[in-house]
Amino acid sequence: MDLRVRALQSVLTQKGYIDPAALDVLIDTYQTRVGPRNGARVVARSWVDPQFRDWLLRDATQAIASLGYSGRQGEHMVALENTAERHNLVVCTLCSCYPWPVLGLPPVWYKSAPYRSRAVKDPRGVLADFGVQLPETTEIRVWDSTAEVRYLVIPQRPAGTGHLSEDELASLVTRDAMIGTRLANTPAVEEGA
Amino acid sequence: MSHYTSHADLGGLPGFGIVASAAEGALFHADWERQALALTLAMGATGSWNIDQSRAARETLPDYRRLSYYQVWLAALEKLLQERRLATADEIRSGTLHQPPLPMSRMLQAQAVSAALLKGSPVLRTPAQPARFSLGQQVRTRSETAGHHTRLPGYARGKQGVIERIHGVHVFADSQAQGLGEDPQWLYGVVMEEVQLWPERASAGSAQNLKVSIDAWETYLEAA
Repeated sequence: MDLRVRALQSVLTQKGYIDPAALDVLIDTYQTRVGPRNGARVVARSWVDPQFRDWLLRDATQAIASLGYSGRQGEHMVALENTAERHNLVVCTLCSCYPWPVLGLPPVWYKSAPYRSRAVKDPRGVLADFGVQLPETTEIRVWDSTAEVRYLVIPQRPAGTGHLSEDELASLVTRDAMIGTRLANTPAVEEGA
Repeated sequence: MSHYTSHADLGGLPGFGIVASAAEGALFHADWERQALALTLAMGATGSWNIDQSRAARETLPDYRRLSYYQVWLAALEKLLQERRLATADEIRSGTLHQPPLPMSRMLQAQAVSAALLKGSPVLRTPAQPARFSLGQQVRTRSETAGHHTRLPGYARGKQGVIERIHGVHVFADSQAQGLGEDPQWLYGVVMEEVQLWPERASAGSAQNLKVSIDAWETYLEAA
């Protein structure tokens, strides 16, 4: 595969279709600058600032942009708040649609056939694969990203976190919790990790 | 007639096994995957094709389900380059030029990457007519297959649902994928009950207290 990609890159460069330096910037962007810590900051802000939370649920694109996250694969955002009554889970059964500005590139499992096939039919089984079990009385709501709207799950704020700062709260928010396959970490888990 | 086949429509299919989770940092298996991603984004930025044509090129690869994710991206990129006569199979294989380049209207320069990513490609358009459906309305999704790239998943075809969100007027993926222009349409969030989607399970008493939401363009829907 290495040789094949190198040959392709060489052709496209010689043809003048691409700027090889642009490739490095693209890779660096998604490897080091745009990732799930962005989304974690959005979630933590919504936990501590009721006004921001309302804005986020009403107009996620603008609310998220106010923290500096916008653009490609996040042009039209919707935030989904988990509650005791409803747990949200996001999938793209048709390809790999994912909110890049807040979560970065999707993990391998999100793009994989097992997740894409089962999330819409057996979400409780998928959650069990992640070690998560929810009460039968909690509705599981699965969002299949079939258009250009991108979804961000706002996990429930863990109990016993009233004393934590916004930054400390953000550190409890994992990528998987913002897809909906896990819950936010509790402070105890975080210290032990 | 058309024999368009997507191999990517996986929702509800059995037999793919359990989900293997992974640490947050693990995004690539190898260096070439990074390059395949970047090459795809850089060529996409030239405007030689749109994102829906890109998705169509991927999902119609005959070996889609045997290839890894970035193998799919790479194979689709090679296919599009050849279809558009931007490069020949020989050139792609050898890395050597045999033909002069085609004129290209845009090229993504390194210093323009950040701005381009920040801007993205919004698909919201100004409505030309009012929305046909309203919040809370019962609808049914079309039951026939499309014969081209579409964003109505198989498991959600011919199903009843309720309009839960009205997202505005969005560029229509089916039209863009066929090179027929944007044809913007109202886009709706449609929520479907578990018993509609998986009736055999509900009758077996193993319902999961599940609802599934999809985003559906207006022509995917009819009043129910």
